[in-house]
Amino acid sequence: MTDIARDGRGYAEVTREIVDIALDYPDRRGWWLCFLGALCLLLLFLVAVGVLLWNGVGVWGNNIPVGWGLAISNYIWFLGIGHAGTLISALLLLLQQHWRNSLNRFAEAMTLFAVLCGGLYPLLHLGRPWLFYWMAPYPNTMGIWPQFKSPLTWDFFAVLTYLTVSILFWYIGIIPDLAATRDRATTRRQQVFYGISALGWRGSARHWERWRQSYRLTAVLAVPLVVSVHSEISLLFAAGPIPGWTSTVFPPYFVLGAAFSGFAVVSMIAVVLRHALRLQDLVTPHHLDLLAKLLLTTGLMTAYGYWAEVFDALYGGNQLDLDTLADRVSGIYAWSYWLAIAANFLPLQLLWWRGVRVQPLLLFLIGLSVSIGMWLERFMLLVTSLYRDYLVSSWHEYQPSFWEWALFAGMLGVFLTLFLLFVRFLPVISAFELKEAMFEERGGKAQAVSHG
Amino acid sequence: MDEPAPGASLFGMLAEFDRAERLLDGVKQAREAGFRRVDAYSPFPIEGLADLLDFNESYLPWLTFAGGLTGAVAGFGLQVLTNLDFPLDIGNRPLISTPAFLLIAIELTFLFAVLFAIGGMLALNHLPRLHHPLFDLEAFHLASLDKFFLVVFSTDRRFDAAATRHFLETLRPVRVELVGHAEEPE
Repeated sequence: MTDIARDGRGYAEVTREIVDIALDYPDRRGWWLCFLGALCLLLLFLVAVGVLLWNGVGVWGNNIPVGWGLAISNYIWFLGIGHAGTLISALLLLLQQHWRNSLNRFAEAMTLFAVLCGGLYPLLHLGRPWLFYWMAPYPNTMGIWPQFKSPLTWDFFAVLTYLTVSILFWYIGIIPDLAATRDRATTRRQQVFYGISALGWRGSARHWERWRQSYRLTAVLAVPLVVSVHSEISLLFAAGPIPGWTSTVFPPYFVLGAAFSGFAVVSMIAVVLRHALRLQDLVTPHHLDLLAKLLLTTGLMTAYGYWAEVFDALYGGNQLDLDTLADRVSGIYAWSYWLAIAANFLPLQLLWWRGVRVQPLLLFLIGLSVSIGMWLERFMLLVTSLYRDYLVSSWHEYQPSFWEWALFAGMLGVFLTLFLLFVRFLPVISAFELKEAMFEERGGKAQAVSHG
Repeated sequence: MDEPAPGASLFGMLAEFDRAERLLDGVKQAREAGFRRVDAYSPFPIEGLADLLDFNESYLPWLTFAGGLTGAVAGFGLQVLTNLDFPLDIGNRPLISTPAFLLIAIELTFLFAVLFAIGGMLALNHLPRLHHPLFDLEAFHLASLDKFFLVVFSTDRRFDAAATRHFLETLRPVRVELVGHAEEPE
């Protein structure tokens, strides 16, 4: 951010650089190529969902005892990615870290789409998704209510709340930039689209003051919300009497792991966007450096979670927990355990060097490695605990089926399609907050004004 | 709101500034000159500008608190009432189980607090309002780009077209313009 204030560019240049991407996209060919790829994956999603709905969850590899499989591990993975966007946006806003202004908009968009993808999984996993509204408490002819002591119902409320709050937080954060886009729009269609979505924002000082109050209040609420939502997800595990899921480190371990995977994806998106949209002067090496530091920090905290989990089993001395631990490190799914550790924590150590942190390609690759590692971690946590139940007679291995993989690839398509539409049509960086930071860094403060 | 009602024939007098500092200075001087129904427009929030306008409203924190309280009571109450309405005895566990109910109560606290905070902000700001007399001015499009505007509303006791224009011109603006009545959108 400081770089922008220093190079003497005006408010108008910054606004144009960002808003003109939405109004007149620079590299349409490249965008269409990506979009076509995303649409193909989206088609795969539709087919995979169609096959699932037609046949039921039997097309998946799920069985008893492994009733969850990829559907739930992907759900946790997607939702976890989402949390980083909220943390970057809300937490850093409250800490008055101006550098966040170059990242928060697209990080929040990532949150939105990741939560949407994540939220679809439990629905599809229901078996009869068209009856999902049975989870909502509404007076019905059956005369019964949802089971409020069940983590499934907690999930329904947690995800719905998180999705709603993320949408609202993102939306009020983008309104002033939609107004800027509206005011620079030249074609009738653009004027109508941005005009309606900007809600008639005109930048009145009174409006700004109320806006600032509600934006900050929402941020204050969003930070503990993230913690509560992902803690709740860890309770989905911990509420079941399954060996390997009962460690008390679960809630913080899940929240930090979520932030870790999310920062990895934010880093990847930042690297791609600044390159594709030529935003190198707004998303500077300084930003990559800070993102990498966040990634390294949350990574080390997640590593502590791994350690605490092992310690918990060893110190607790429960035979079933010890068996699960031994099976994780040397059983048939040991590959997922060791690959998760390797992908999560080995390349990560490169980030101790500043030279690596500011190197976009390396940061992208490390982010990719972490997102794969965190995916493996969720798979490992879920499957290794479930497939060996208390009774040897009920042990059953789990192998994801073709349609589970197809749905996963398709879900990535859902994410990419939405994200590409966002990049194409909306201001990807918060122009007005950049301008605000420029003003403040140049020493502008209402109190400091002198007459004459 | 101090703004003239939508039907008023005259909206006010507008001055455009090219620097935020000039706007702040202008607001200060306008207040000192006795103008009370004044508003400022800027492309980004300026800390302290609302104070200069003597605008210190604290509805929103209270609204948010009320929303949170509503969510907490509704969330917890919902679970208690539904469990009493259809009691499920599972292994003689307590029917009203506070620890199990807290999570949904907390989520709904967050949800309602945020809905009130953001809904309240839009309602107090009278948004969405897609048409506004200021949008009729060509120059006002720059209010979201890099220009700063000061408007003295026609409802101000001291408002007088000629005198107000003369006063605003002393503030070193880029231009001063009369803002007419709001036309009905076609």
